[in-house]
Amino acid sequence: MADPKALYQEVILDHNRKPRNWGALAHASHRAEGHNPLCGDHLKLALNVDGGRIEAIAFEGESCAICKASASMMTAAVKGRTREEAEMLIREFRDMATGKLDPARALHLGRLAVFAGVRDLPTRVKCAILPWHTLHAAFNAVASATTEAEDDPMHAPLGNA
Amino acid sequence: MRTVAPARQSRGAPAFDVERVRADFPILKLKLAGKPLVYLDNAASSQMPQPVIDRIVRYRTTQHSNIHRAVHTLSETATREYEEARSKVARFINAREEREVIFTSGTTDAINLVMHGYGRKFIGKDDEIILTTLEHHSNIVPWQMLAEEKGAKIRVVPVNDAGELEIDAYEKLFNEHTRFVGVMHVSNALGTVNPIKAMIAFAHARGVPVLIDGAQAAPHLKLDVQDLDCDFYAFSGHKVCGPTGVGALYGKAAVLERMQPFKGGGDMILSVTFEKTTYNTIPFKFEAGTPPIAGAIGLGAAVEYLSALGMDAIAAHELDLLNYATEEINRMPGVRIIGTAEKKAAVLSFAIEGVHPHDVGTLLNQDGIAVRTGHHCAQPVMKRFGVPATSRASFAFYNTLAEVDALVAGIRNVQKVFT
Repeated sequence: MADPKALYQEVILDHNRKPRNWGALAHASHRAEGHNPLCGDHLKLALNVDGGRIEAIAFEGESCAICKASASMMTAAVKGRTREEAEMLIREFRDMATGKLDPARALHLGRLAVFAGVRDLPTRVKCAILPWHTLHAAFNAVASATTEAEDDPMHAPLGNA
Repeated sequence: MRTVAPARQSRGAPAFDVERVRADFPILKLKLAGKPLVYLDNAASSQMPQPVIDRIVRYRTTQHSNIHRAVHTLSETATREYEEARSKVARFINAREEREVIFTSGTTDAINLVMHGYGRKFIGKDDEIILTTLEHHSNIVPWQMLAEEKGAKIRVVPVNDAGELEIDAYEKLFNEHTRFVGVMHVSNALGTVNPIKAMIAFAHARGVPVLIDGAQAAPHLKLDVQDLDCDFYAFSGHKVCGPTGVGALYGKAAVLERMQPFKGGGDMILSVTFEKTTYNTIPFKFEAGTPPIAGAIGLGAAVEYLSALGMDAIAAHELDLLNYATEEINRMPGVRIIGTAEKKAAVLSFAIEGVHPHDVGTLLNQDGIAVRTGHHCAQPVMKRFGVPATSRASFAFYNTLAEVDALVAGIRNVQKVFT
């Protein structure tokens, strides 16, 4: 078992304290809300996709440190990227967080590999993944994402419009 | 870490040798990630002492068969042991008669039994059911299902800022439509001990029966259903050091007699033809199918174990733990106790400023400390106190003052990580 202490690394604590891209977006092309009924994590995500690229992205809500830092680092990572690039990150992050992908082989995640520690904490995997679920839901015009529902958009094949 | 003066250990209580008690619980010897287990999630499920484990093993290895069926020796032994467990439970809660104790799969099952057996027969359109803001979802959802089916209404008793029921408001909720009251004895989320005896008397004066959800009271308080005069009292085996999958419902014989069965099947009938089925007498009318025999026998052994320790001694030791933990945590800046009722059982919900309970839970776990974090299946309580979730330390008689110190040190560490 990986040392779960590694989970609360300075980079995560820093993004929790000072989340990047925090707030609302006036003119968004895509929006979704994410909700984890188990712990009450709740976040609103808005983005503006222009010319195939994520020009602007913002989030706000109430959540644990893992969820907030994950959202903050996600928004920083996908800003300026194409939707396809973002969806590849979603896939890679999900597979790393659920233990399907060795973090050493998560070639595109960069600093996001800091969340690998949740693999050994099944109840916390959902906290880390929620922002990514929500981004996926926003792309697919699903109004809300949840970590519990059967209609979990992450169960739909990625990239379906 | 403070050392605890020996005087504290015995304050106001008969001598309670916690180290000797702990030796009965094999799981308390566990180490997690090199740290001794500090188990403070007893409100979710308590641990099982060796005598209860041994009792279940003895049943499994030498006494198992189906009950109330065959004439062979094992069946007679299993039947006798199962019925003996019923009388142990009856003594534990001071029921007038053994037939007033029904084995269920747990508190939730017991409440559903009352909803189907009593509620569906006696509660109808525009009738009102009084519940409280403090209720666990298991004492809310069944009544909502009934209200939806029958067109009945649910009225809710509010709580004050300390987490105590507003009794004036409770009394004002009664009117000519009131048909039922459901209230928990001890709040699982806040620890509040509700004044149920007075609430029951008030309801009875208006001819309204009362169900008590005793899931959180049975492990902590000496119970006397005759003195309380409740119509129903429900609790679970796994919260009183017994196994999961079993619980008990006490019901007054006269009330149980008037009820319709909940589940149909074997054992709950006297005779069956396709023209007419005659139901068995209580308690069997409510125990359809093969019951959790080993579970019931384990529950019987568990309540016997608690009674031997003495519920008064248990309550006194737990009060020492609660008072010490409350004092220590009140001293910590940035930590708020949620639920400050004057009468509390050893349940301590708290919030650390700026830190989500799930982060608290994960970090405490790294120190070997098991607490519950979340909404505790009591979302109306969380809403009332304006928090999405809390961290909850819930104590049992086998916890120690040193474990309270470990909790306090753990909280300090959480604050350090998050500064």
